Amino acid sequence: MNLVHWGHLCWRFIRRLSGDDAYERYVAHYRDSHETMLNPPPMLTRREFYRWYQEDKWNGPNRCC
Amino acid sequence: MNKTIKQALWVLIAILGAGAVGGIALNRGESINAMWFITAALCVYAIAYRFYSAWIATKVLLVDETRATPAERLDNGRDYVPTNRWIVFGHHFAAIAGPGPLIGPTLAAQFGYLPGTLWILIGAVLGGAVQDMVTLFLSTRRNGRSLGQMARDELGPIGGIAALIGTLAIMIILIAVLGLVVVNAMKHSPWATSTVVATIPIAVFIGLYMRNIRPGKVLEASLLGVVLLLLAVAGGGWIDHQPGLRAIFDHDGLPLAVGVIVYGFAAAILPVWMLLAPRDYLSTFMKLGTIMLLAVAIILLQPEVKMPALTQFTDGSGPIFGGALFPFVFITVACGAISGFHALIASGTTPKLLANERDIRMIGYGSMLLESFVAIMAMIAATVLDPGVFFAINSPAGVVGRDAATAVATINSWGFAVTVEQMENLARQMGETTLFARTGGAPSLAVGMASIFSSAFGQGMLAFWYHFAIMFEAVFILTTLDAGTRVGRFMLQDMLGNISPRLGETSWYPSVLFSSALVVAGWGYFLYIGVIDPNGGVNILWPLFGIANQMLAAIALCVGTAILIKSGRLKYAWVTGFPLLWLVVVTTTAAWQKIVSPDVRIGFFAAADDLSAKLAAGVLTPEQAKVAPQLIFNQHLDAWLTMFFIAVLWIVILDMLRVSFRNLSGKPVSSVTETPYVPTRLGKVQA
Repeated sequence: MNLVHWGHLCWRFIRRLSGDDAYERYVAHYRDSHETMLNPPPMLTRREFYRWYQEDKWNGPNRCC
Repeated sequence: MNKTIKQALWVLIAILGAGAVGGIALNRGESINAMWFITAALCVYAIAYRFYSAWIATKVLLVDETRATPAERLDNGRDYVPTNRWIVFGHHFAAIAGPGPLIGPTLAAQFGYLPGTLWILIGAVLGGAVQDMVTLFLSTRRNGRSLGQMARDELGPIGGIAALIGTLAIMIILIAVLGLVVVNAMKHSPWATSTVVATIPIAVFIGLYMRNIRPGKVLEASLLGVVLLLLAVAGGGWIDHQPGLRAIFDHDGLPLAVGVIVYGFAAAILPVWMLLAPRDYLSTFMKLGTIMLLAVAIILLQPEVKMPALTQFTDGSGPIFGGALFPFVFITVACGAISGFHALIASGTTPKLLANERDIRMIGYGSMLLESFVAIMAMIAATVLDPGVFFAINSPAGVVGRDAATAVATINSWGFAVTVEQMENLARQMGETTLFARTGGAPSLAVGMASIFSSAFGQGMLAFWYHFAIMFEAVFILTTLDAGTRVGRFMLQDMLGNISPRLGETSWYPSVLFSSALVVAGWGYFLYIGVIDPNGGVNILWPLFGIANQMLAAIALCVGTAILIKSGRLKYAWVTGFPLLWLVVVTTTAAWQKIVSPDVRIGFFAAADDLSAKLAAGVLTPEQAKVAPQLIFNQHLDAWLTMFFIAVLWIVILDMLRVSFRNLSGKPVSSVTETPYVPTRLGKVQA
């Protein structure tokens, strides 16, 4: 039981760190924050979201010497 | 745990650490076990983290865990996202850990293992980690503003411009020297070259996979990529044994440098998803994986360090780069102890992810300690080699002589045993034709890593491990090269935008092409000169890079010191002021020596004059005479560039002192630009 729990935590950690779950987090955030809005902006599809995500990630110094 | 037991434990760690550091420092035997280094490092880090960083957080910075962070206040689910601290730690560490801490300590090993090791430990806990943590804190209190913006707000426009120019300059020099390291590793090595070339189509394929085949499936795409990279290493070995194919990848330095330049330009103008992003995923996986593998291997194998504690080269006559222990060991180690570049990461991306201010200590201070540990491992990997072998690999042909027999004789005359057969044997084991004069740190690190890996995980794979290590270094050097060129382009466009708004548009293609070409031409020039230089180029470029990097660190510490003073914490200003003072002394002395030293291996002008005299006297070979005018011009340029760096540094320091004195004497200064207090309502953030 404990081992399964740790394995699950580890897997979630790796997914989060690599950005594998970025779209799921975006959708969750969208649902949370837009339900009270009158005219919410449309939710991005997975493909659209990743185009934005990658462009944004490289829009500043993010790698060092 | 009982308080007394806790205290006893810390006393024990302190004694163990002091013993290990003392053991390293005083050992004059034949060799010393690498576990001494690991123990010393871990104890020093533990004590520094537990006591110094905690004290800085609570007393100096006044970290407030009840205060909402920008990530909480501005949460938009995209760039501002409250994130679990382990995740932020991972992101931050992956961003700051580049090839610098692997190369710097390897080069600094020419002084012996002791000076570099001590500076990696002391510099990190008192300087580098403090700089990273303070900058992260300041940027967090300012909604994640960049170092340049903070310099402008807190010091004035001059400080802001200096920080911007400093960043751009260090980027250009950094990329050039990294390019040179890759070129030196690929020179006449079909295995290494074909493997590195193969990483490009692999990256493009992974990019397509993540964008079109399975959008956003980062993990499976990266795992696929890592498998392909390993196959590419094995495939390179196969190509190396095919006479026809082999010739395609067997090149001199110059064509390889041209290849790197063309590649850099392409990577800067292509969309990020195609090359940059997938390459970064792969390099991050490789980087974290290999660092962990190295740590495990060193602990399993417990290799003996064979380099003496100090060599005779502390006097400045070293073959890899000229210059005495002070100040050049500090300039050379650079990123493993303190890196100005980290201030760019600590201001900008990372602060927008912090869920709570209390995480600043672990992420800012802790990540730098881990980076310093990487530098210690690089030092171990370089010094487990026989010193004779280390110098044979790293000394440029211009210093030790072109053919193997002369090189070996020169190295033997320094008192380091090595034979031609030994080097030939080693090269054969590593699957290379020769390992002589592979200056730059990457090949000797790869030999060190390969021998550690193959001893720890089974003999007989030396050649594979060697090329694996080369590929691993090349992959993330090229990632830094791609990313740096792009960032340089953004900065340049930002500056050009002040002259012509059209040029400042990051999506206007002519401007993209123009500014990318300028940035690539900048580093391409230094790379070209480095390749044609018979002394290997690293001799010139690495100190220049070190000076620029330490200068940027000094600028970040200036901003931190000014803010501490302006916010009424003068009595704690030494926390950033002391490392700042040290950096100013080191960079100014190094720059001074690089400019005025009469030693042709240190002073730029001296070297230019010497070469001019030789050219005029006609003592150069036709081959040398052909490139001499370019080398002379370059030495002059480097001297002026060094003067420019030091002028920028002193302008920022004087600006910082001006602001501080005005503030202390009660005159008005720009107010501290912290965002107002908002209480946090965020609970614990899950991973």
